[in-house]
Amino acid sequence: MRNKYSIFSLFKNALSYHENWQRAWKDPAPKKEYDAVIVGGGGHGLATAYYLAKKHNMQNIAVVEKGWIGGGNTGRNTTIIRSNYLWDASAGLYDHALKIWEGLSQELNYNVMFSQRGVMNLAHNLQDVRDLKRRTHANRLNGIDAVYLNTKEVKKFCPIINTSQDIRYPVLGGTLQRRAGTARHDAVAWGYARGADEMGVDIIQNCEVKGIKRSGDTVEGIETTKGFIKTKKIGVVAAGHSSVVANMAGLKLPLESKPLQALVSEPVKPIIDTVVMSNAVHAYVSQSDKGELVIGAGTDDYISYSQKGSHQIVEGTLNAILELYPIFSRMKMLRQWGGIVDICPDASPILSKTSIKGLYFNCGWGTGGFKATPGSGDLFAHTIANDEPHKLNAAFNLNRFVSGDLVDEHGAAAVAH
Amino acid sequence: MFLINCPYCGERDQQEFKAGGEAHIERPKQPTELSDDEWAEYLFMRKNIKGVQFERWNHAHGCRKWFNMARDTSNDEIKAIYKMGEKPPTQ
Repeated sequence: MRNKYSIFSLFKNALSYHENWQRAWKDPAPKKEYDAVIVGGGGHGLATAYYLAKKHNMQNIAVVEKGWIGGGNTGRNTTIIRSNYLWDASAGLYDHALKIWEGLSQELNYNVMFSQRGVMNLAHNLQDVRDLKRRTHANRLNGIDAVYLNTKEVKKFCPIINTSQDIRYPVLGGTLQRRAGTARHDAVAWGYARGADEMGVDIIQNCEVKGIKRSGDTVEGIETTKGFIKTKKIGVVAAGHSSVVANMAGLKLPLESKPLQALVSEPVKPIIDTVVMSNAVHAYVSQSDKGELVIGAGTDDYISYSQKGSHQIVEGTLNAILELYPIFSRMKMLRQWGGIVDICPDASPILSKTSIKGLYFNCGWGTGGFKATPGSGDLFAHTIANDEPHKLNAAFNLNRFVSGDLVDEHGAAAVAH
Repeated sequence: MFLINCPYCGERDQQEFKAGGEAHIERPKQPTELSDDEWAEYLFMRKNIKGVQFERWNHAHGCRKWFNMARDTSNDEIKAIYKMGEKPPTQ
């Protein structure tokens, strides 16, 4: 039985200089056979395992991760959480996740530092204004909180924004979702890992998948660097490397993997208490609890798995940031990095069965998967356990690229990369 | 970020170029006879290779000509550049 984290356990462990904390999860060797194996130990994969064990009573399962858990995009994103998507299918999906976020720290007994500080999206031209107003109405019809702000209200909500009308892309207005915000990305992976491990899930790190064994159209197991693992159900949650795993099973996916960059500044005193995103100039910024500005840049246009992006992408984002926030002009950037994001042609995710029995894919989250972590895990677990999608992810099937029933969030989402 | 040797202009900064995605995807010869599956394959499904991939590039801020490239997507190393209509290198 796992010890509960609380103020008392903190006090008790302080007495022994914090040297006797219990391990948060075990480090098991893989068993010969599992009821299901999740490929990829990021937030989405760990959440899938957690909900499979918790809601679908599947405890004999494993998560295999080629590196360490949360070492991929889970630890590389800009931690923004929101659900103000235009289309009904997306609104349902992302708001489902947002509702789980609201009680996640309590549920996991792990502080994921979920902070509903609001997310504001700026409009810089007439088309932006029309699009954002339309999206505000669509959100409200779907029961998602959204308000439209004029320039004065934008300035009042975030006083450091330069709202003068003589800049290259003046601020004409914006939308605000107050329930949106940020969370601590590592804590989400660690919290789900600890919760899943407690229910008996094997989390196997440094274990790379090398092949998928199938007999006819049914999966039989996976070849890994730690040997063959027999299983009837494989849930692939491999983000940027989804196509690589799909190729092992002889499948092709409608994905392109591209580098997406982010950067953080030196830490400073609290200066921005919300998240501000701007689609048109491609700049978004928030401040971490450590005081660093967290800045998201864009994707490169070429396919790459190198986890490095081009310099001009960062330069373009910083140009826009400086025009919108002149107060940041003398700040220094501390770190810059890239993550590999798998982008669908319609910029919506795939949570789906495949033509191979027992093989499921959760991929295509592109540039905005972190916000969906709890909902994605919950719905994907439902899909794997029942061999049938939940009504909230039914629209996000792989067959939509054949039927033409796309969920076209490109440009309709708050930030188009 | 890397340098690209445009077959028409010589070595230039990658910033001048636009990536055009996977190369050698042939346009269907009989579009009216294609099934939905075949259309999906042509329009959306991509190899998305980690390793050497053949792709199209356009010198958008230069000569504006298209050409092909063999590039290792795991480290962005360019293996070969060849003109449109030419066969991809075998090695």
